Amino acid sequence: MPVVAASAVDLARIQFATTSLYHFLFVPLTLGLGPLVAVMQTIWHRTGDEAWLRLTKFFGTLLLINFAIGVATGLVQEFEFGMNWSVYSRFVGDVFGAPLAIEGLAAFMLEATFLGLWVFGWDRLSPRLHLATLWIAVAGTWLSGYFILVANSWMQHPVGYKLVNGEAQLTSVWALMSNGFALRAYLHTMLAGLIFGSIVMLGICCWNFLRGQNVDLFRKAAKLALIVAVPVTLLQLVVGNRFGEAVTSAQSMKIAASEAQWNTCQPCGFSLIQFGGFTEQDQTPSFSITVPRVLSYMATGSFKGEVQGLNQLQAQEQSQYGPGNYMPNVRVIYWSMRVMALTGVLMFLVAAVGAWLYWKQRLERARWFHWTAILAIAFPYIAASAGWILTEMGRQPWIVQGLLKTADAPSPNVSSTTLGVSLGVFVTLYLGLGIVDFLLMRHYARLGPGESREELPEPAVSF
Amino acid sequence: MTLEIFWFCLIAVLWGGYFVLEGFDFGVGMLQTVVPRNERERGVLFKTIGPHWDGNETWLVVAGGATFAAFPAWYATMFSGFYLALLLVLVLLIVRAVSFEWREKSESPRWRRAWLGANVAASFGTPLVWGVGLAALLYGTPIDSDGHYTGNVLDLFNVYTVMAGIAMVVFFAFHGAIFLTLRTVGDLSDRARRAARTLAVPAVALGAVFLVWTVAIAIDRNDKDLFPPVLPAALGIALLAAAALLVFRGRPGLAFAGTALGILAGVATLFTSLYPRVMVSSTDFGNSLTVESAASTHYALGVMTVVALIVTPLVLLYQGWTFYVFRARVGGDEVESPVAVVERATGA
Repeated sequence: MPVVAASAVDLARIQFATTSLYHFLFVPLTLGLGPLVAVMQTIWHRTGDEAWLRLTKFFGTLLLINFAIGVATGLVQEFEFGMNWSVYSRFVGDVFGAPLAIEGLAAFMLEATFLGLWVFGWDRLSPRLHLATLWIAVAGTWLSGYFILVANSWMQHPVGYKLVNGEAQLTSVWALMSNGFALRAYLHTMLAGLIFGSIVMLGICCWNFLRGQNVDLFRKAAKLALIVAVPVTLLQLVVGNRFGEAVTSAQSMKIAASEAQWNTCQPCGFSLIQFGGFTEQDQTPSFSITVPRVLSYMATGSFKGEVQGLNQLQAQEQSQYGPGNYMPNVRVIYWSMRVMALTGVLMFLVAAVGAWLYWKQRLERARWFHWTAILAIAFPYIAASAGWILTEMGRQPWIVQGLLKTADAPSPNVSSTTLGVSLGVFVTLYLGLGIVDFLLMRHYARLGPGESREELPEPAVSF
Repeated sequence: MTLEIFWFCLIAVLWGGYFVLEGFDFGVGMLQTVVPRNERERGVLFKTIGPHWDGNETWLVVAGGATFAAFPAWYATMFSGFYLALLLVLVLLIVRAVSFEWREKSESPRWRRAWLGANVAASFGTPLVWGVGLAALLYGTPIDSDGHYTGNVLDLFNVYTVMAGIAMVVFFAFHGAIFLTLRTVGDLSDRARRAARTLAVPAVALGAVFLVWTVAIAIDRNDKDLFPPVLPAALGIALLAAAALLVFRGRPGLAFAGTALGILAGVATLFTSLYPRVMVSSTDFGNSLTVESAASTHYALGVMTVVALIVTPLVLLYQGWTFYVFRARVGGDEVESPVAVVERATGA
């Protein structure tokens, strides 16, 4: 195999990180807003209350703007494995390809086709059938998420395979599909989607309260958002924690890095914040606040549990896989974990306070909360990005845990120049798309739901 | 039939489905330059493909995913080898995907012209690249003994592959013109019919040249005999001629079936010409990737076969139903109806 320059691997990694993080800004909002819009339309269908129809149309528009970009950027992800990571593609194709292909055929076809039916079918389908098309499209997006996470989880915790002639071969599709890691990751990600949907919705409602527009209408939407956000943000704190246990058993190094835990401990305190202590040369933080025993509980489910340290794991992996550095970038992993967890807690607090204000019938008037909720729109984006950085960078130096190293996986025939060019193209294109998408979302969020379909305002020139 | 051959055929079917479906929406995009006379008519043209193009494009996603899963070595070599061409396709498809929706978001003529231009350029450019790229699989590209692509983007281009790209563009324009004839009313439909008549002869001629040339390349460069590639090629030529004839006889419905089947015959000709190879090596014929050498294991193929056999009929059923739901022609008044206002707001 030809030697690949380090810079080519780095460029390929930066490109995958950029395009997949970008893709995942749009996907979870679709996953979460989809069922919420479907619930709105269902309420309208059941009660005949026109307000819910207006809300369906309003949030449906935001959903579709997002969906279009999610689809387009998803195609990039599918092509990118082969374009930038051809060695990886050959290595994993037999296992990893199956869930990807099944996702396309069984889930993606469903969501794209039925969303098209929903958008254009208002007057062509019976109300009941039209409602069904949306629910089917939503089911498609959730099914899609499952297959994608099965594929990704195999990279974190490979199961149901054997190695033949240096390539992974699938031996049990059931083991692949019921990978405990995948099921936990799926639950965690779908909850993240619902958090996206409900927190963004709450923020938009509050923006309209702030502007005093359609207050009665948005009170209904805010109630729905809160009904979802409060339990889901709370549940996510628990599920995220349980997911951590799965990571502990499959990827000890990732957990040790996420806590900057250099030496094996029992019981282990949870580092709330620390300065320094992120490199092999500097393993002791100059300042830290630690909560006793909490890390043991988070990582193992017991307050007395043992958590292995980076130094010990490094020695273990060296004896298992040969000389080399098996530690991810500890600083990045430590902070991405904290950013994710902190924004997770903050979102729960925002939802809880919102629910309390709603209960006290003060939600529409609490201006300080409106600003908080608007600001909180950024939180799910931050949390999800941090979560993926933790998941993917925490797996390094492996591209498939324990089987294939990232450095050995890129396309040998693709030069740094080519990678640089394509990276530049994607960054420019995505930046442009992001700006226009943001302007469009803001434009439509500001436009507000029309009194009825006939009176939806003409889109104004806003850019 | 072995599982490898089944998946080779299925991938051909997926590409065929993709070209039949996206072929007409690419065609409509190209015809935006000649058929409509004003902004309202341009909106009508987009409305005819609005409910379909996204579903059409999923066939490409599935074709890509199926190639990755069933023939990892083919996927790896082709996608890393055809790098810049595929990068171009991705850019064009992304720009096109957003152009449908974003064009409608502003009344500014410059804004609308820009997105229309983007849509038109992508509708021409994408099939051109696909034609060149897929023909290059057969013509041969530099592949070393490890199965790695060793050439650059220029190795994809030669007289045959460029002809294949142009044939695909012109034929999709023809296919799209027939689709528009069927889906519009009045003056617009008449103009679409005239466009179809103008395009019929060049499209059929180029299509026939592609089919004959493909068989010749298969014999010359891929060690094939005249039989069997000549079968789908001959069938294809007959279908193209029939489609042209039906256009002149004023039977657009049947003509559309003719162009659709003609596209399938074209894909069948290319894949029959390729078999048992999936990528011919111009470096050394022995380095060519074959159906056997590039395939996944029987177990993985078996699993996916079960899924494909259950799901594919369902997909055909519900996508067919979509065409039934939106069977009504798109006319003049409808665009100004409340539905259209909502659709403009919600996009495609």
